[in-house]
Amino acid sequence: MSLDIWMRENPLTYIWVGSYAVAFAIFAIEIAMVVHKRKITLQQVRLMREAEENE
Amino acid sequence: MAINWFKYSAPTTFYPLAGKLIPWFAISSAILFAVGLYIGFVVAPADAQQGEFYRIIFIHVPSSIISMFLYLIMAGYAALGLIFNTRLSSMMASAVAPTGALFAFISLWTGALWGKPMWGAWWVWDARLTSELILLFLYLGFIALHASIDDPRRADRAAALLAIVGSVNVPIIYFSVKWWNTLHQGSTIKYSGTSMHIAMQQAMFTMLAACWLYAIAIALMRVRCIILEREKNTKWITELAEVKK
Repeated sequence: MSLDIWMRENPLTYIWVGSYAVAFAIFAIEIAMVVHKRKITLQQVRLMREAEENE
Repeated sequence: MAINWFKYSAPTTFYPLAGKLIPWFAISSAILFAVGLYIGFVVAPADAQQGEFYRIIFIHVPSSIISMFLYLIMAGYAALGLIFNTRLSSMMASAVAPTGALFAFISLWTGALWGKPMWGAWWVWDARLTSELILLFLYLGFIALHASIDDPRRADRAAALLAIVGSVNVPIIYFSVKWWNTLHQGSTIKYSGTSMHIAMQQAMFTMLAACWLYAIAIALMRVRCIILEREKNTKWITELAEVKK
């Protein structure tokens, strides 16, 4: 009940925090995960390359 | 000068091309997000009936449209991979799936946030909402099925079948508001015209373009990771400048 009153009194805060902030946080997490995955994969490839060179 | 597009259907040639394209898509997306939010929150007026709450549509509608289109793109790539046995198509399908799932989630989440003040409920088992939820499950099913099979080529084929069969859900989502008596409203923008304020339209289409460019940029980033991972035993990968660093 209190949320209903709060959202009607603060519609823009409700919209920003509830939808836009969540959406942009999701985008930021997705980008961070892809960047991290790339770092890890590049590291693996470099290790494989080094191991091959040492053989 | 004619461009040989088939040249870019090989991971070897697509990998550097994707690397060059990513910054352009990412920067354009960031600019369009800023412009779209400015128009949506500063220029566009409040709605006569919904007040400020309608402003959720500037993220809700683009997310919903993109979640459906990305599914068709994913299914298209998966079908190409299945029919022609092309490696890059299957890699693209795998790269698009997580982004599509996130857009479907954002669509459902923002829809629930709009539903509470407008309908008085976070969720109703309405045809449009339920079919969009099924779309999210199809994306998750595709990702889970692909991850559960160790051999990537076999995983590609199995997940492709699920993607192709699941694509029947996309027209169901789109036409659900016409076929059934739903609580969810129909399209506001039609071929015959619209009653929307011009600034609202501008904000919505700008945000749609921004979301599209974001989706392309992140899918290209992810497909580069997939190419690196799957082709790591090949000579061309070990000769890449970023690997030699």
